[in-house]
Amino acid sequence: MVRVTHWIYSLSFIGLVVSGIGILLAHPRFYWGETGALGTPSVLDLPLPFMLGGPSGWGRYLHFLSAWVCVLTGMVYVASGLVMGHFQKEFVPASGELTWKSVSRQMWSHLRLKRPVAEDALRYNLLQRLSYLGVVVVLLPAMLWTGMAMSPAVVSVFPFFVTVLGGQQTARTLHFFVAILLVLFFLVHIAMVCLAGFKSRVGAMITGKSAGGKEPL
Amino acid sequence: MSEGLSRRKLITTGLAAAGGVAGLAVAAKIAGHYGLIPPDSGGIYGVGETLTYAAQRVLMSHHSMAREFNRSEVSKVIPVSGEPPENDDYQRLVKSGYADWRLTVDGMVARPAAFSLEELKRMPMSTQITHQACEEGWSFIAEWHGVKLSHVLNLVGVRPEAKYVAYFSYDGAWDSLDMPDAFHAQTFLVYGLNGEDLPTRHGAPVRMRVARQLGYKSVKYLSRISVAYTLKNIGDGCGARSPEIGYSWYAGI
Repeated sequence: MVRVTHWIYSLSFIGLVVSGIGILLAHPRFYWGETGALGTPSVLDLPLPFMLGGPSGWGRYLHFLSAWVCVLTGMVYVASGLVMGHFQKEFVPASGELTWKSVSRQMWSHLRLKRPVAEDALRYNLLQRLSYLGVVVVLLPAMLWTGMAMSPAVVSVFPFFVTVLGGQQTARTLHFFVAILLVLFFLVHIAMVCLAGFKSRVGAMITGKSAGGKEPL
Repeated sequence: MSEGLSRRKLITTGLAAAGGVAGLAVAAKIAGHYGLIPPDSGGIYGVGETLTYAAQRVLMSHHSMAREFNRSEVSKVIPVSGEPPENDDYQRLVKSGYADWRLTVDGMVARPAAFSLEELKRMPMSTQITHQACEEGWSFIAEWHGVKLSHVLNLVGVRPEAKYVAYFSYDGAWDSLDMPDAFHAQTFLVYGLNGEDLPTRHGAPVRMRVARQLGYKSVKYLSRISVAYTLKNIGDGCGARSPEIGYSWYAGI
């Protein structure tokens, strides 16, 4: 189930990023607070053209279609992850593992691109655990929250979505920055898979089997 | 890794997928019955649109109110997009100070009517200070004055079978609302902005204001309102001008 949802999620993630860029291009400028428009102060002006009457139309259609796929898949993933103990077993760092010493040791060996020895490679290491946990528990829910905060119909029923953030434009700006973090995670994730041997890793991500035995996935 | 396990897994996955497809088909049937399918539900994107619209109509109150703000929070800059219509019909109205303007209300109503601007202004005035976001991303807070659309609809008497209220503009745009949004307490026929007459570029003499949806539903330069059972025979049948140019009909998002 973790593997099936991973690949469905990958598709929806690409859909969300592509359509998100489409929507962004209509107004590549960010504000803080409730309101913002040309002629009011901004917090970030992207060096991109304002493209009206196109990409934000299909972008919006594709964004919400992908968001539904992402949310429904996410619900299946979280439910099965909790039931099967995937999160507890694979994501939460073991007690005693979360020390400055072990974090820095792992960072150092990552920076030197040292390959893990066989049996270590079969379970998630500390940095993987922390980054996966951050994505699943912090970043993805933050995307959902800030997305909801931009919906006029949703906030009419649940105003706290936007009021705790301090405004609709703040929600839009945070939505963008969290998206950047997710894209960074995505790029590092792909880079790591390539470094670990693209063919064997992707094979393992699809079948769940590794040359050395069963994957922890 | 025994073969039995993988076969069992395969069967479970297959059953789950088949169950999912059957569930979706049943859900679509039920959604159609209860009017939860938006007019632009065709194509692959229609799946997402239907999920959004149906989920909001089923799970959320039809009467929830968009946030209201204080007068001190009204935006200093009220941005505007698009130019007023250039056609002769509209230009004549501007020159006459909208004296000859009439808002026609027809379709599935008991008493079709045409209201002048003065007549609308004599109806009970409502005011809202609400946030309007453009689908492009910018937004502002403004104070709008007008008469509730529900007031006008009750005057003409909407027939019980009717499902949509379509509205048409002098600039060629048209749009429509379902009954929960048409009768919503913050859906106005707006003739004033921040204490003054509605400026031409903001949609004079009268524009729609739909507080729980994105800005493009608040169509400007209104000419006609038509109450309907189906939207299939207006334009391309997608419920509004917006889906015809690539933007979704339901903009509550």
